[in-house]
Formats: sequence, structure tokens, C-alpha cells
Amino acid sequence: MGFFEMTKTALRTVLSRPATILYPAQAAKRTPVTRGHIVFDGSKCISCSICQRKCPAQAIVLNKEAKSWQIDRFRCVMCSSCVDTCPSKCLSMDPVYTAPASAKGVEVFTITYVKPPKPEKKEESKT
Amino acid sequence: MTKQIIVPFGPQHPVLPEPIHLDLVLEDEKVVDVIPTIGYIHRGFEKLVEKREFTEYVFIAERTCGICSFIHGATYCQGIEQIMGIQVPERAEYLRVIWSEYSRLHSHLLWFGLYADSFGFENLFMNAWRIRERVLDVMEQTTGGRVIQGSCKVGGVRKDISNEKLDEMAKDLDTIDREMKEMTTVFLNDDTVRHRTRNVGVLSREDAYHLGAAGPTARGSGVAIDLRMTGYGAYDRLNFHVATESCGDCYSRHSVRAQELFTSTDLIRQAIRKIPDGPVDIKVTGAPNGEFFMRSEQPRGELVHYLKGNGTKFLVRSRIRTPTLTNIPPLVKMLQGCDLADVPVIVLSIDPCISCTER
Amino acid sequence: MKQEQTIIPIEVGRLIGSVEQFRNEGYRLAHIGCTKVGDNSFEINYSFDKDYVLQNLRITVTAETEVPSITGMYWGAFAYENEMHDLFGIQVKGINIDFKGTFIRTAIKFPFSVSAAKEEKK
Repeated sequence: MGFFEMTKTALRTVLSRPATILYPAQAAKRTPVTRGHIVFDGSKCISCSICQRKCPAQAIVLNKEAKSWQIDRFRCVMCSSCVDTCPSKCLSMDPVYTAPASAKGVEVFTITYVKPPKPEKKEESKT
Repeated sequence: MTKQIIVPFGPQHPVLPEPIHLDLVLEDEKVVDVIPTIGYIHRGFEKLVEKREFTEYVFIAERTCGICSFIHGATYCQGIEQIMGIQVPERAEYLRVIWSEYSRLHSHLLWFGLYADSFGFENLFMNAWRIRERVLDVMEQTTGGRVIQGSCKVGGVRKDISNEKLDEMAKDLDTIDREMKEMTTVFLNDDTVRHRTRNVGVLSREDAYHLGAAGPTARGSGVAIDLRMTGYGAYDRLNFHVATESCGDCYSRHSVRAQELFTSTDLIRQAIRKIPDGPVDIKVTGAPNGEFFMRSEQPRGELVHYLKGNGTKFLVRSRIRTPTLTNIPPLVKMLQGCDLADVPVIVLSIDPCISCTER
Repeated sequence: MKQEQTIIPIEVGRLIGSVEQFRNEGYRLAHIGCTKVGDNSFEINYSFDKDYVLQNLRITVTAETEVPSITGMYWGAFAYENEMHDLFGIQVKGINIDFKGTFIRTAIKFPFSVSAAKEEKK
């Protein structure tokens, strides 16, 4: 038979702040390693398309000729496979979650990487 | 001759976390027979093995369920490692145990909340979930995700936890223990809870064994089956005992889960004390060729992952058999002869995780 | 880790006899699973467990073979057998609670008996 088992907890929660936060007025809590969304740096991408092959949700599409890298934010499951396998480290994970949107669509980035000219060979920079 | 009425229960019901449909055949408020139907959330996961390489399939296996996700990923990785004969580093095994036990804590706390909600005790529901927030915070600080961890891979784990963070987690466990003790005292000693759960939904020991019940559904009826005793991962180096009760009613089942909460915190403390230093993953080359039945203990019972590979990057078959699928026949047996008002309590006492059942 | 398991291939006709033997020795039913291994060939695996040791019986059938149900000995097997019928198209005869194809309703009948390559052609 138990009476008033939770009195201490009940009093403490009455007298202190609520345990919930007023999201989205207040930002969601996050930690440094939280998987929020992918950040792409176009100036380092060498167009190897490893990220496209490794993505389990098939959210990344790379177009080498048009120099565009696009990600479907709603298909992305934030698994960080692409971040771990990218050889030129142009992808990173940001702790802030993707903002809600009213229509599905893809985000397109341009690749601005310029391969540095090889020394002691013909000067031929590809832009 | 009394008339029989059929009342549909589900798929939408306030107490159900996931959709299942039960046709209850009633005679004057007593349930005479039950016809279950599943398939509302069938996503065809097992077909995806033909299109995703075995190293990527971890992410799919993890997303089978939102509550018990880490253990799905860990069991899949262990199954592949057994087929390929890979021995993961010791630190990775201990880390997997720590995350599995945190996952078990959060799942049982979630279940306690829903169970209290099923007999109308909403305040206790919110209290259980407030304790669960602490556990989810630890998961997020160490793996980056509250619900889907993404930290297992074939060959080890993807992230390491520093030793300072492990000590901090061990200290935090004291607060979690204290709050859980308060909450479980209410579940075990309160009069109102006892009235709703004692002698409700009785499953005899014979029935539990031969119908294939698993997890706390079986342990609440006296069948001591806990797959952690087979010693996968680092469990063969840790000490724990299997909690069983003998009555077979809803009270026994929630009593077993309450004891498992404290077993989990004890296992985490032991693992933090014994964890060695070293690497957390090992390089994997080649492809699996062979088959294996990997079994592990989820919060809800015995999980079976059957994996079959033929030497290519794509597996031939991945079959996930979750404990709720095997707990549905015992549920049908338990519901026969009970009152209509007891149906939500009994359905929740087996811990139905239908999205796992219906991958 | 001690997870011993053995796989015993048998004929469909000997299924009921072997299952009855397991039942008398006190094994519990762990799992019934089905794998597609060829164009019209399926392997059905019955797993029995006692004291954490797994014994498997394996039969190889086609979509037209009539597989006898083991629900006479293991009442709880109806969940697995109905699921096997609904996803693979295996004919199981004599299930105690037979849903006749309505246990799992999918858009394509018997979805797992078609391989992914064929579906992409559609």
C-alpha cells in the first residue's frame, strides 16, 4: 500500500520551470554531435560521386558536366555516410535540423572546385 | 443463446502506439474470441536487400523501428560479422552493450508511460517520460541522434565515447536510478494500479512456452528465457540475473520490466568500469558468403535476424522476426474470457511494436 | 558467444513427423522463414529452440507444393504461416486460423515472389 510516494517530485515540478520547451518559438536543444543537416562546400568537391553511391536514401544527385550537386532534404536521413566517405572532406554535419517547408524540392549547389595545375607539366587549368 | 457482437479495436486507438487491428467477438461485455489483422504499416524492408549493399543495409535495418532501433542495427552487424568471421575489438563490444542497455531503458520507460495511460493514469505517464528525457539526452550527446542512433557498422562502431564522458554518464545514472525507484514503487504498490492489473490477462506457463511467447510476456509467466545469457557482444563478461515472476498476469509482466530497468543500469555501470582502451572498429573486406541466425534480446523479447549471402555485395535474404509477431498468438489466448474494459491494458502489456512486426 | 545452430534438410512428407518429435522433446517454436532461391523454388526453414540451442528443419518447395500446417502441434504458428502465404504465395493447408490472404494486404499479390529486377521493368 503506497500513499504519497511521489510527493517530493510533484512539489518540485510544481515549483520549478516546465520540463518542455516552447518549440518552435524557442530553438530545439542540440549537442555538438547532433545530426541536423548536411553542409556542402562546393570549393572542395572533386566530383568523384562516392557520396551518391553510398547514400542509402538516394538523396544526392551529382551532375559532372553541369557541375551541380543536389540534395533532396526530405529524403536525407542524416546518417552521415556521405560525410564519412567523402575523400576531399567537403561535406559536414551541422547540428541545426532542416527547417520545415511547405513543398518538397531539391537544393542545388554549384561545384566551384578548380583542380590546381600540376607542376612541371603543361599549364592546363580546368575551370 | 446470447447474441455475439463484433467490436473492432484499432487500428486507431488512443492507447496503441502503432496500428494493429483486432476484431473482438463479444458476448455481453466478455470477449469470447479475437481475430488479429496486421499489415497497416508494411513497408517491404526485406526487398531492399536486393538494392542496397550489405554495408549500407545497416541504416535500413535500424529504421525498422523507432523504439528499439539500436538493437536492430547491432544484431544485423553481429550477424554479418559471424558469417564473415570478423572479430570486433573489445572496446566496440562494450560500447555496443552500453548503447543497447540505454536503448532498453528508454524503451521500457516509454512503455511504462503508455501502460499508465491505458488505465487512465496520465500523471504517471508524464513522469515516466520525464525520466526518459534524461536517457535520450545521453543518447544524443554520445551518438548524435535521440531515436535513431546510426552508430553501428559492420566491423565495430562509428563513434567513440571518451573516458571522461563515460564517468559523467555513470554519475548521471544515480539520478536516473533514484527517479526510477520512485516511479516503480507507484507501479508496484499503488492500489489503483493493482486493481487494474492483478489477475487480468493470465497466461499459464504451458501456454507461454508452447505458443512461443518471448521477452517479459514469457518471463512474467515463469519461462526464464533471456537471449543475453548466450553471451553475444560483451554480455559473457558481465554479471546479471534474469527476472521472472510466476503469476502470468499483467501485474507480473510490468513487475518483470521494472526489475529489468535496474538490471540495465547495473549492466551499464559494470560495462563502464570494465571497458578497455583500444580501437573501435576494424577494416572489413570481402562479402558475406553463408547464412546465420543471429538472435538477440530486444526490450520486447527474442529478436531473430536471418541473413544469407552468396559472396556478392548484395545479400540474398534478410529476414527480421521481431518478438511482437511471436507474441500475437499469446495475446489472442490472453484476451479470451476478459472484460471489454480490460482489453487496452492487456494489449499494451505485451508491448506491441507493430512497426517492427510489419517491416 | 554460444549461439549453436544446426540445419537439417528434410522432405516435405517427413515434416509433420519431425515437428512432432521436437514437440515431444520440449522444443519451442522460434521462427518460420521463407527464402526465394530460384525462379520457382523456395526454402522454408522451421527453427526450434531449447536451452538456447537452435535446430532448423529445412524443406525446399515450389509455389504449387502443398505444405502441411504445423498448427496442430504449435498453435501459435498461424501468424508465420499466414504471413508466408500472403508474401510468397506458398500454399499451406490446414491452418487453424486461416485468413485466406487477408492477414497482410499489399498492392501486388505475393510481393516477395517477384524479384526486384522484374519490378523495375514495369
